[in-house]
Amino acid sequence: MAVTVRLPGALRDATGGQTKLEARAGTLADVISEIERRHPGFRSRVLDDSGAIRTYVNIYIGDDDARAKGGTRATVPDGSDVMVIPAMAGGTA
Amino acid sequence: MTLTAAVVRERVRRTILERIGDTPLVPLRRVGAGLRGELWAKIESANPGGSVKDRPGLWMVIAAEVEGRLREGAVVLDATSGNTGVALAMVCAVRGHRARLVMPDKVSLERKRVIRAFGAELALTDPLEGTDGAIREARRLAATDRTHVYVDQYSNPANPRAHELTTGPEIWNQTDGRVTHFVAGVGTSGTIVGVSAALRPRGVRIVAVQPDDALHGIEGWKHMATALRPAIWDERVADEHRVVATDDAIAMTKRLAREEGLFSGVSGGAAVAAAAAVAREQPGRIVVLIADGGERYLSTPLWE
Repeated sequence: MAVTVRLPGALRDATGGQTKLEARAGTLADVISEIERRHPGFRSRVLDDSGAIRTYVNIYIGDDDARAKGGTRATVPDGSDVMVIPAMAGGTA
Repeated sequence: MTLTAAVVRERVRRTILERIGDTPLVPLRRVGAGLRGELWAKIESANPGGSVKDRPGLWMVIAAEVEGRLREGAVVLDATSGNTGVALAMVCAVRGHRARLVMPDKVSLERKRVIRAFGAELALTDPLEGTDGAIREARRLAATDRTHVYVDQYSNPANPRAHELTTGPEIWNQTDGRVTHFVAGVGTSGTIVGVSAALRPRGVRIVAVQPDDALHGIEGWKHMATALRPAIWDERVADEHRVVATDDAIAMTKRLAREEGLFSGVSGGAAVAAAAAVAREQPGRIVVLIADGGERYLSTPLWE
């Protein structure tokens, strides 16, 4: 089943112009891996070399900050809305 | 009435706003060690509102007063990612104006709380749209409710004017005229445009710095190629344009705290990283602007 992933305009170039994608439910790492398969290079924009969420990126699963739910191990339940935003509002500021 | 430093000073005499400006200039002895140029940092967190934005915040409100735009019942309005909101909220508290600030939701908690502490109202916009979304909402509010006085930091000439008549002359005087380079980030571009107007005619080389990617963590800076362009921005005010990666900015922000005792926001680390790159290549007295302090970002992942 699907989850919806919404991205800031600043990531549009990494996903062929899309800012709203669907992926299969699982862990956050699974969701990011699925997008990476479709859009190579996406993962490195949001995760660092150690596989952690980049310091300047926030990922919300519903209203929950993914960092507080285990980072990339966080569960993304079916039907979830995942939102990726710059951690500081200056992202496209 | 032309807005001058004397006019602004007179209006804020014997208030906390009198303490805006005249910020310290300190040498970066460790971070700058071994470089061809000397690094000096202008510490804008020393302003009463905690950032460089106190300067344009004050000047934009006084300009609106002088122009007769702030009548009874008026609400000062602007879009901001934080520091300008804090500055405007503080200035409006002192001057007796209402303020409404439009910010992207999920900006750091500290800034929302500080703005509310000063009695200003917050309107939150879609975080996915960043500050550009806040700008669009502020434009909509200004067009639909005429009680708003939209100061618009991205277009307001009082923004660079504040820097032309305060920041620039301060740097000149603090260096006894020996400053050779000025390095700062570009957000609204008010700092670089204003300081350029003051110092470039005196032979100072102006270096403007941007993030290297549209997705970045350098608060307040704009990646101009992908962002709404500020009306006051003009690339020609700078002699050099450089970019900084967020990871390098974060690394330098941490060095500033540990090696220089300067607890800076990431934009300060970004500016110093760019200034250090200049100093590696060029001799001279290089002044870099540190826009705010790290306290405002304690709830973000940076200092975990």
